[in-house]
Amino acid sequence: MNIQHFEQLFQSKIDKEIKIESKDWMPEAYRKTNIRQISQHAHSEIVGMLPEGNWISRAPSLKRKAILIAKVQDEAGHGLYLYSAAETLGMSREEMIADLNSGKAKYSSIFNYPSLTWADMGAIGWLVDGAAILNQVMLCRTSYGPYARALVRICKEESFHQRQGFETLLVLSKGTEEQKAMCQDAINRWWWPSLMMFGPKDSESTNNDQSMKWKIKRKTNDELRQQFVDMAAEQVKVLGMALPDDKLKWNPTTKHYNWGEINWDEFWAVVKGNGPCNKQRLAARNKAHNDGAWVREAANAYAVKKAKAQAAKEALEAA
Amino acid sequence: MQNLAQQLINYLLHLADTTLILSQRNSEWCGHGPVLEQDIAITNISLDLLGQSRNFYQYAAQLINESKNMQDTKALSSFGEGVGSEITEDSLAYLRTEREFKNLLLTELPNGDWGQTILRQYLFSQYQYLLFEQLQQNKDEQLAAICTKALKEIKYHIRWSSEWVLRLGDGTPESKQRMLVAINELWRYIGEMFIAVDYEKEMNIDLIALQNNWAEKVDVIFQEATLSIPKNTFMQIGGKTGTHTENLGFILTELQYMQRAYPNSQW
Repeated sequence: MNIQHFEQLFQSKIDKEIKIESKDWMPEAYRKTNIRQISQHAHSEIVGMLPEGNWISRAPSLKRKAILIAKVQDEAGHGLYLYSAAETLGMSREEMIADLNSGKAKYSSIFNYPSLTWADMGAIGWLVDGAAILNQVMLCRTSYGPYARALVRICKEESFHQRQGFETLLVLSKGTEEQKAMCQDAINRWWWPSLMMFGPKDSESTNNDQSMKWKIKRKTNDELRQQFVDMAAEQVKVLGMALPDDKLKWNPTTKHYNWGEINWDEFWAVVKGNGPCNKQRLAARNKAHNDGAWVREAANAYAVKKAKAQAAKEALEAA
Repeated sequence: MQNLAQQLINYLLHLADTTLILSQRNSEWCGHGPVLEQDIAITNISLDLLGQSRNFYQYAAQLINESKNMQDTKALSSFGEGVGSEITEDSLAYLRTEREFKNLLLTELPNGDWGQTILRQYLFSQYQYLLFEQLQQNKDEQLAAICTKALKEIKYHIRWSSEWVLRLGDGTPESKQRMLVAINELWRYIGEMFIAVDYEKEMNIDLIALQNNWAEKVDVIFQEATLSIPKNTFMQIGGKTGTHTENLGFILTELQYMQRAYPNSQW
């Protein structure tokens, strides 16, 4: 059988909605695209722990502190499932983390924005997790089996986080004038970066066509972005707040909201490493990794000692 | 001499403050741990401790509010009056000052490196387990119930942290050296765990048995970890009665920031 034959078989499986598994034959580009996408997703979970983690010590009530700790811990858990899913494609977690720490691998640019006030914990939950969920719900049906299955689990927790974020803002929106102002300010700062999470416009996205054909993605960036705007434009009314876009308007013909233009210069600047916190996020990841080196070495050395002792004991018993 | 109700309230606050401050310290690791699995584990312990502290604060708040209704104004002094007139878990955690906090000094020390963090966790969890085993027999049913629930969590904390003591004590020369530094750093704060202050005296805790059992258990783990227990260390005390290290003021500054900056708000 030649390579075209394998490719045809592969594509026909995809067309019939049969999941691709790690031992199945797959085109090299499919493998690479999935490794890139899943590891980026894992990195985003891990880096995403930082802007929220920095509010754990300052959470305004014990209940909020508990909710926030649990949430950030969930993200670490998501990172774990995703690294495991990516490892099924033949790249080790160590290699992926090395790529993150060196700046070679990307993560979601949203986490290069700072979390400045408590209201940001609400806005991140509502908008950032909200945007992530739309993408991830779609990805629950992605063609690569291990990734799709990891996402089913992740989506359940993420939608919980989104509700918690919205509820955090809802409390602020009913609070003092200072709390209301804090709430609106956070929405103002997180709105546009959240829209950027869906990536470049379809007309400028390099990965869209092939990814759609292979059913890695099932909706385009622009479709998902529109879905998000439609959702948030309604939900913001419940908060009695406004989205920072004076072009935002319901369009009865398209049955969608019209909205303004993303600042694409800002988008590309952050992608290229010039966001407000790119340097700090990578520095924090590198510091954790480097500070932990002696711990990992000791754990390995201890495991080796124990294994040797066990083997010696078994040899003695066998003799 | 405090009456019994006051003693119980103070004792609950001691237990609540101790678990809250250790939770706060451990949560500093969240997102910065040496390995992802361990980042999750230490954060999980932080969450457990926070849950325990909330149970103690809530119970203390209930008792304070009840005694307030009985016009027992004496019992009210220094129990963090703040948010409205009702005392809550949050007014107790967020509106008391550094001289009112009754946590063990051990819990407020900086995390240091991973070795110091896990060693503190082990020494504390082992103590907490033996203490709560006694407290689950306490005649105050609510206190006993909170401790019974916590014991399941603490059992896991001991297992996890003692495994790390073994790995680092008997790992590499560097990890062993770091553990020796950690022992040296922490040991002088162990003493106050076993010295009763006023409000503990009627709690029916056998501190001598507690100390002996604790020393026995720790000795077993230390021996396996090729570490040794220091002898004749001078012990620092004061946490239980509100005389802290300089660290606590900074912890509370951060912990209480929102409630101080935006008083009387709902979150």
